[in-house]
Amino acid sequence: MSPAFLNLIETTLNGLMAGVMYSLVALGFVLIFKASGIFNFAQGVMALFAALTLVGFQTGQVPFAHLINAIFGTDLHHWGPGVPTFLAILMAMAVMVLMAFLIERLVLKHLVNQEPIILFMATIGLAYFLEGMGDLMWGADIKPMNVGLPSGGSFWWEDVTREWASEGSEYYGMYIDTLDVTAALIAIALVSILTIFSQYTATGRALRAVADDHQAALSVGISLRTIWVIVWSIAGFVALVAGIMWGAKSGVQFSLSLIALKALPVLILGGFTSIPGAIVGGLIIGVGEKLAEAYIGPLVGGAIENWFAYMLALAFLLFRPQGLFGERIIERI
Amino acid sequence: MNAPIRPDTQLHTRADDGIATGDDLLVTENISLSFGGVRAIADISFDVKKGEIRAIIGPNGAGKTSMLNVINGFYHPQQGTITFRGNKRRRMRPHEAANQGIARTFQNIALFGGMSTLDNLMTGRITLMKRNMLWHAAWFGPAQREEIEHREAVEQIIDFLEIEHIRKTPVGRLPYGLQKRVELGRALAAEPALLLLDEPMAGMNLEEKEDMSRFILDVNQQYGTTIALIEHDMGVVMDLSDRVVVLDYGRKIGDGTPDEVRNNQDVIDAYLGVPHEDA
Amino acid sequence: MLYREAGDFKTDYRSDQQTFPIKSERYLFWATMIVAFCIVPFFINSYWEKSVLVPLLVWSLIALGLNILTGYCGQVSLGTGGFMAVGAFACYKLMTAFPDLNIFFVVILSGVVTALVGMLFGLPSLRIKGFYLAVATLAAQFFLIWVFNKFDWFYNYSPSGQITAPPRDIFGITVTGPNAPPWATYLFCLTILFIFAWVARNLTRGRVGRSWMAIRDMDIAAEIIGVEPLRTKLSAFAVSSFYIGVGGALFFSVYLGAAEVTEAFGIDKSFLALFMVIIGGLGSILGSFLGAAFLILMPVLLKNIFVGTLGWPTDVAAHIQIMLIGGLIVLFLIVEPHGLAQLWRLTKEKLRLWPFPY
Repeated sequence: MSPAFLNLIETTLNGLMAGVMYSLVALGFVLIFKASGIFNFAQGVMALFAALTLVGFQTGQVPFAHLINAIFGTDLHHWGPGVPTFLAILMAMAVMVLMAFLIERLVLKHLVNQEPIILFMATIGLAYFLEGMGDLMWGADIKPMNVGLPSGGSFWWEDVTREWASEGSEYYGMYIDTLDVTAALIAIALVSILTIFSQYTATGRALRAVADDHQAALSVGISLRTIWVIVWSIAGFVALVAGIMWGAKSGVQFSLSLIALKALPVLILGGFTSIPGAIVGGLIIGVGEKLAEAYIGPLVGGAIENWFAYMLALAFLLFRPQGLFGERIIERI
Repeated sequence: MNAPIRPDTQLHTRADDGIATGDDLLVTENISLSFGGVRAIADISFDVKKGEIRAIIGPNGAGKTSMLNVINGFYHPQQGTITFRGNKRRRMRPHEAANQGIARTFQNIALFGGMSTLDNLMTGRITLMKRNMLWHAAWFGPAQREEIEHREAVEQIIDFLEIEHIRKTPVGRLPYGLQKRVELGRALAAEPALLLLDEPMAGMNLEEKEDMSRFILDVNQQYGTTIALIEHDMGVVMDLSDRVVVLDYGRKIGDGTPDEVRNNQDVIDAYLGVPHEDA
Repeated sequence: MLYREAGDFKTDYRSDQQTFPIKSERYLFWATMIVAFCIVPFFINSYWEKSVLVPLLVWSLIALGLNILTGYCGQVSLGTGGFMAVGAFACYKLMTAFPDLNIFFVVILSGVVTALVGMLFGLPSLRIKGFYLAVATLAAQFFLIWVFNKFDWFYNYSPSGQITAPPRDIFGITVTGPNAPPWATYLFCLTILFIFAWVARNLTRGRVGRSWMAIRDMDIAAEIIGVEPLRTKLSAFAVSSFYIGVGGALFFSVYLGAAEVTEAFGIDKSFLALFMVIIGGLGSILGSFLGAAFLILMPVLLKNIFVGTLGWPTDVAAHIQIMLIGGLIVLFLIVEPHGLAQLWRLTKEKLRLWPFPY
């Protein structure tokens, strides 16, 4: 195989890995949208918040240290060496569940029967609130995320692929980050668990019932509010996983919350209600972005990764407004 | 009440298009429409003569509303032609149909919920208003004059439909019966040559039905507006309409005066003879 | 008791159509205008100009523009920041290419350029609706910022990538650049805003506004009664982008003076404008002003309290501020989803009947 072709494969593979990460975030959106019809803009900030909380517990930070110092003139920062990673993950998850409960109690309960756009706006408000709160609780500095995931290039893969190159050509093997591979595997596991959960458990059935028709679900005795807490907790869990992956990749920092925006074109491609759609959409965007950056980018000056996904989604929408898996829309009047 | 619209409004020019009363205003020929594999309308032809009230009846799912959607360009039939005021066409955008003088009301009310009754009716006259955006930006002068001119015409309709008291109420807040009436008003405001009414009396009580029937007859008789309507209440249909076309499963099974239709065996079968059919 | 419409009868349609049909409201409006135009300029200082009044005026204009698109025509846009950037860069290019052109015309022409760009990005709205369109406008946001970042022609090849507004006069008085007197920049923005608000009112009360609202409320029915979707949506995009472009031009030339595209016109600006419109009230001109006022004045106030009075570090204050804004948005949506303008309307209804509620 020629080096150019191998480069293409490498780019595609990296795109697929990045795509898995996008799918992971998009999945959180789809879960909430299916169960409550809410387009949860705060999903990205939830990932950030979850990651911040996890790192905070791990390193033993005092929550709200800056605020307490400002009010009482103290000089707090850490309360100890922190808790073990596994425990910290559990604690962060507990915080996300508590948050789901509070969101239902304080926000969603009061916004039942509002138009989708109002609910959408409320989640943007929520996003700002969580962003401010995350920074206030744990500080706004960039933190490394270290939960013991493998990272760095895979030498084994480099060696294997070097063999593939045709004789005499200069080729040094493909670079693949083991972290990406781990992330992809975890994401696949997560999706399988969620699918099994929603297909084969009573709660899962209730979730799907609510997704189909709120009122009908209520009428057979499903508690909408419990379902919402569960769904937001699951979304919080997905956010935590996404936060760990992205955090391990590029540090826990504000830009993490912007991946929520990247999930939008994924959702456009895959549709707002389809879990397979979110996955396929994420992969397409991931691969498309990497290929475009590698092959179109140099022609126009590079850094097109910022907008390419949106343009791809836009172009796609013009030809298929109902998304990848949606049925053709018949307008009625 | 029932003040006639002033003779100098455009209403009469729309209706006066060289077609004499009793001639064909609208002719549909061999219309077929399907969605994917589902055939909604199969090879239907019928005509609407100028000045008449034409009823389209049939069981649920017979393709009546689809037929209206085809007539005003919202659905595009796979086969067949439509001739309106002598112009033959196959495909047409809905707003072009509106420009040619086809107005309609909807089965499920489709008013502009955020606007007042007055604004809804004024929107109905959108095809008659010509001033462009720059005039509107300046407002004083031509745009304001045009606005007032049309306001007068709309006020006539408000009088006619007896909805003066809700002139400035947002229509979203109105009860169902009044919303239906405002919707009729919006269609009338367009001064249509052909008025399509999709179940104008659905969900109304007896008194509201009587009012609505009176309005429909008055529109037809005073303004000479041609009307095609879909209605499930057979009493109303037989009393109001001049001629009736009957659809069932997307096919035409009867066409003629109310008496002819009433005695047509196919129609009786469709409505009564075959069990488990709802009328 | 002060607020009465009894006895204030309308005898023709012209007076029934006026902007402030109730007498006391009309007086209140003109009194406010007199204060704003004739009294404030004598007392304004540089702090009030830079931190409060000029941003308030510029953002009101931008909110007004977005409200035309989102509030009146129902097309959600997240591309406001990008369109502001188009206005700003058009303004910069025009200012430097034609130094003799009056700044007023430069600003208006910047709006025209933005309107054209806006129409281009409005084209997808014919096929795409709702959230999907919002994502399409995000494409505009990121693409436009990238363009202004990447091609150095736009910032005249300056090595820092910044654009800086040169001083320009109007009637011999400097309104841009570092030496412009506060009252001049204030009056310049106020005049433009006054004209634009008046035009917005005119557009929204007649045929144009009704066709926008018809598309917003029920697009299919609107098309069937004769509203042409292409022309209507594009006109909303054009007018809205025109306003936002003029706002962006003022934002850069009068308010900031110098700007770097990713920092000054990022996605956060798009959200800020959207918040203003939602909090103020969708489909309300007054709402655009109230929303802008709320989101401009509140941070200034909070900063004064936390940093000025309590002496907290600025970063803590900034975090609390973000939290509060988020919390308030949620609170507002719960209390009154139709925004401040609706609260004002309800207050008026109450006032009309006060002190006898029936």
